[in-house]
Amino acid sequence: MPHITLPDGVPGIRSLVMYRPDTGQHLYDLAQALLRAGSPDSTLTDAERELIAAFVSKQNQTNFCMNSHAAASRYLYADQRDVVDQTLVDPATAPISEKLKALLAIASHVQADARTVSDDLVAAARAEGATDGDIHDTVLIAASFCMYNRYVDGLATLTPTDPAAYDAMGERMGTLGYQLPKVKANDTASPTTHLS
Amino acid sequence: MPHIPLPEQLPGITGLLEYRLDTAAPIRELTQILLRGESTLSQGERELIAALVSSRNCTNFCEAAHTKAADILLGDDETARAVKHDIETAPISEKMKALLQIAAFTQKNGREVTPEAITRAHEAGATDREIHDTVLIAALFCLYNKYVDGLATVAPTNPAFYQTLGERITGRGYVRPPGGYPVPTS
Repeated sequence: MPHITLPDGVPGIRSLVMYRPDTGQHLYDLAQALLRAGSPDSTLTDAERELIAAFVSKQNQTNFCMNSHAAASRYLYADQRDVVDQTLVDPATAPISEKLKALLAIASHVQADARTVSDDLVAAARAEGATDGDIHDTVLIAASFCMYNRYVDGLATLTPTDPAAYDAMGERMGTLGYQLPKVKANDTASPTTHLS
Repeated sequence: MPHIPLPEQLPGITGLLEYRLDTAAPIRELTQILLRGESTLSQGERELIAALVSSRNCTNFCEAAHTKAADILLGDDETARAVKHDIETAPISEKMKALLQIAAFTQKNGREVTPEAITRAHEAGATDREIHDTVLIAALFCLYNKYVDGLATVAPTNPAFYQTLGERITGRGYVRPPGGYPVPTS
């Protein structure tokens, strides 16, 4: 049960942005900028960005964010969707580029203790072709998901256990991106009608 | 030295927020609303949350900046120091102690926030909104701290730098100055 009174039946971050839309708007705008756009020289695809988000959320053990961003990444990887789960199990053996592996190593250090992102880790990523923008965006995606994960878990939001719920979310995130749920005036009592 | 090229005259978070403006805009707006917007928590109390979380993450730049902001807003330079040393013995209300403990749990991991910590805050008079904002401020400063440290930005050691910065964030706030930060010509 959530720690504060949130819209009934609405999961994860969605319940929080409906609770406080003025902060929620900027949280969604940040996700949209990070996961659907990049620094001018960045080589990361949207699918790879979502994978970094899912990977960090897994390390923080935030199941809602891990499952929803994994689903978005699978949707965006399309016929290569299996790489998402292979990467979440073990990036070292997953069929992803050496560049992405090096960036995931940086993301992992940001999650654990950002002071440990060493010159060597950054040099290793550059040696595999990572640009300044890739390194910047990887650090900021990882740092941002350390925020989203704490927000979602710190208020004990609802986490669906049915995988089908995340498939629908992943498709929505993959097609529409991050848009604030529309809540009609005087209709906050039945927010579940605005879930999709 | 930072891991990516950043303007030398803009240490800490400032250079990062200029590096990519489209991500900086929502981060700045979110901070302005949370720390300067309407709230039943004072601006000084909200800066205490920022200073505490930054201290726990050992992010020197953010800790120094938000400690200074709290000092200016609270009108003393003891409260923030005491909070960072030991929340329970600091000269603050029971409600603030309970909220700062929630912030401290959030800093470790969101799942650390216990029902008991929430009950304590509610019993001390904290509203749902105050608990919500405390968790989000703590989470936001985990973003800032990890962004600043993860790219190895420079933290000036001169206290005068943080005096100026503290005056700026308590005066102008967290919005980007019109025209940005032109490179000094002299």
